[in-house]
Amino acid sequence: MVSTEVVTIDEVIAAHAPDRGRKPGELLATLHAVQSELGCLPRDVLDRVAAHCNLSRAEVHGVMSFYPDFRTSPGGRHVIQICRAEACQAMGAAALERYVRALLQVDYGETTADGSISLQPVYCLGNCACAPSVRIGDRVHGRVDAARLERLVANVRQGEGE
Amino acid sequence: MAARLYIPSDTTAAAMGADELHAAVARALRDGGQPVELVRNGSRGAFWLEPLVELERNGVRLAFGPVAVPDVPSLLEAVSGDPASHPLCLGEVSQIPWLAGQRRLTFGRAGTGDPLCLEHYQAERGFAALLSALQQAPAAIVAAVRDAGLRGRGGAAFPTGIKWQTVLDAPAGQKYVVCNADEGDSGTFADRLLMEADPFQLIEGMVIAGLAVGATQGYIYLRSEYPRARDVMRTAIAKAGAAGFLGADICGSGKAFHLHLCLGAGAYICGEETSLLESLEGRRPLVRAKPPLPALAGLLGRPTVVNNVLTFAAVTSILSEGAGAYAEQGSGRSRGTLTVQLAGNVRRGGLVELPFGRTLRELVFEFGGGSYSGRPVRAIQVGGPLGAYLPESQWDVPLDYESLAAAGAMLGHGGVVVFDDSVDMSRQARYAFEFCAEESCGKCTPCRVGAVRGAELVDRLRAGEQVVENTLLLRDLCATMEEGSLCAMGGLTPAPVRSALEHFAEDFPSGAGG
Repeated sequence: MVSTEVVTIDEVIAAHAPDRGRKPGELLATLHAVQSELGCLPRDVLDRVAAHCNLSRAEVHGVMSFYPDFRTSPGGRHVIQICRAEACQAMGAAALERYVRALLQVDYGETTADGSISLQPVYCLGNCACAPSVRIGDRVHGRVDAARLERLVANVRQGEGE
Repeated sequence: MAARLYIPSDTTAAAMGADELHAAVARALRDGGQPVELVRNGSRGAFWLEPLVELERNGVRLAFGPVAVPDVPSLLEAVSGDPASHPLCLGEVSQIPWLAGQRRLTFGRAGTGDPLCLEHYQAERGFAALLSALQQAPAAIVAAVRDAGLRGRGGAAFPTGIKWQTVLDAPAGQKYVVCNADEGDSGTFADRLLMEADPFQLIEGMVIAGLAVGATQGYIYLRSEYPRARDVMRTAIAKAGAAGFLGADICGSGKAFHLHLCLGAGAYICGEETSLLESLEGRRPLVRAKPPLPALAGLLGRPTVVNNVLTFAAVTSILSEGAGAYAEQGSGRSRGTLTVQLAGNVRRGGLVELPFGRTLRELVFEFGGGSYSGRPVRAIQVGGPLGAYLPESQWDVPLDYESLAAAGAMLGHGGVVVFDDSVDMSRQARYAFEFCAEESCGKCTPCRVGAVRGAELVDRLRAGEQVVENTLLLRDLCATMEEGSLCAMGGLTPAPVRSALEHFAEDFPSGAGG
C-alpha cells in the first residue's frame, strides 16, 4: 500500500475496524489491510488487532491461521500462484507444477533464496477456459506452458533490477 | 458516427493478453491520430476467442479474434479501410454461431459495453426490475420469484422463492441479504464474468432481495482470487450509491439498502453458506450445524437471505420480463436458463447460457468443439470438485437438476471440465480426497479424517496393495463421509471418487472398480 503520509499500524487497524470488529467483514478486512501494509501478520500486531476488537489472542489466531492468504512471517517480494485444480489439471498443470518447483528450486510455501519469489498453490483462479493458469501479483496468465512460465519469472526478476 | 473499438478488461481476456493489446492500440491510435474511440468492455464469455476485439460503426459490431499485439497495425488499417476483409474478422459479433446459438438472459448485457457505465446499464434495461419492484409489495416480489420457479444457482438448487418467503415471514427486526460470491469450484467462472462484465445487475438483484424480505443491509462475500472482480464491484457499488440506487433512500422511495463488499482469504469452504457467515462475523469459519437455517438465524443470528451471484442476477430478469416468461424456459422442475461453463481440455471454452435440458454431449461437442488437445474426450466432470466424472455412456443425460441427480451426478454451479484420454482417473480420485483434506474446515470427523484416510487408501489401491479389502474399505469410507459429514464438502467428496471407480475401473488395479 502506497501512502503519502506515514500511518501507524494502530491507525490501519482502527480505520478498517471502526466498529471494533463487530460489523460483518471488519476483522478480515483489517487482517488484509495490515498484511498489505507489513507483508505479513506478526504476533505482536495480531495482539493489537485482538485488543482493538476486544477478542482474545486465541480467537484472532484461530481466524488468521485458517486462511491460506495470511502469513505470520514475510514471504518473497512477489508471489507466484500455480493453479492445481481440475480444469488446469486437464491441461497439464501437474507438469507445470514440477517445472516451476525445479526452476525456482523451492516447494510450495517456500521462498527463493534471493527472497524474490514465494511459490504458492491455488485452487482455481476462474480462468478455467484458458487453463493452465498462473497468478503473479494481481495478474492472471492463461495457457501457461513451461516456456511462458520461464519468461514470466524472468520478467518478475528483471522488474526488480530496474 | 465515429468508429469505436472495444477491448475487454475481463480477467481471462487479460490473461490472454488484452491489457497489452489495449496499450498497443491506444498508443497506435494516438500516434496515428485516428479518430477512433477506445472502450474497455466486459467479456461476452467467448473465452476461446479472447482477446476478442469489436469494432462498432454505423450500428454494426464486427468481431476480431483472437487478436495479438503484432496484429495491431493491420487491424487499425482495416478499421479505416475494409474491416471485413481482415483475416481475423469473425463477422458481426452477434452472428458468431457460438454466441448466436445461446439464449442469453443473465448474460445478455455482458460484453456489450463499459461494465461501470451506469448510462449504458440503464440504456440496456438496467434498473427496470428495481423500479418495478419499488412499486410492489414485498409479498408480490417474493411471489414473482416463486412463480418463476427460480432455484438457487450456487449448486444446491433450493427454491429461491421459498427461502425469501421464510425470511419475509420471520419476525421483524434487522434482516440481511448476503451474496455468496466465493466461487471456488474449479471449472466455474460465471460469477466472476458477471461481476466483471455487468456488476450493476448483481447490485440490482440484491437491492430487490432487500426490498422483498425487508432487509436494509447487504454483503457481498467475494473470494480474494478475483482481484479484478473486486475492483469492478468496489467501483460499481460506489457509483450505484452516488446515483441513488443504494443507500438510505433508494430512487427517492424512502426505502434503504446499504451494500458492502467483503473479501475472503483463500478458503474454499467459505463458499459453504454457514462457513461464509462465520467468516463474515469474524470467527474461524467452521460450518454450522443446520438447523437453524440461515433464513431464520443467519448473519449475527438474524434472518438472512444467502444466494449466489447468478441467483440475484436472475431475479432482475424475472422482475423485468415477468415470472411467466422466465418459467416458460427450461425443462421439468428446472426453470429458466442454465449457465454452463466449458472448461479444462476443451477447444471452445467459455460461458454458454441456454434453457435447461440440453445434453452434455451437445454442450461439449457442439459448443465446445471437443478437446483442446485434439485427443478423444474421456471424462467430463460436472459440478465442480464435488461433482461426478461422467463417462461417454452418460453424456446424453439432459442438463437439469433432476436428470443429473438420477444419473448419480449433480449440476452444481454449472462447471463442466473436460478431460482427454490422457487422464488417469485413479489420480483424479486421489485428488478429490486431497482437495477435501486441504479445504476441510475440520469441524466434523468424517470430513476431517476421512479425507486424509481416503487419499491413503487410493494410494494403496494404486500400488496394488490388498485390492479387494482396500476397495471395500474405500467404499465404506465413502458411505461414512456421505452420511456423516456436516456439509457438502465431506458429504459430496465421495461423488467424484465413486464415479471414477465405477465408470473408469480400468484405471484401477483389477478387482477395485466396477
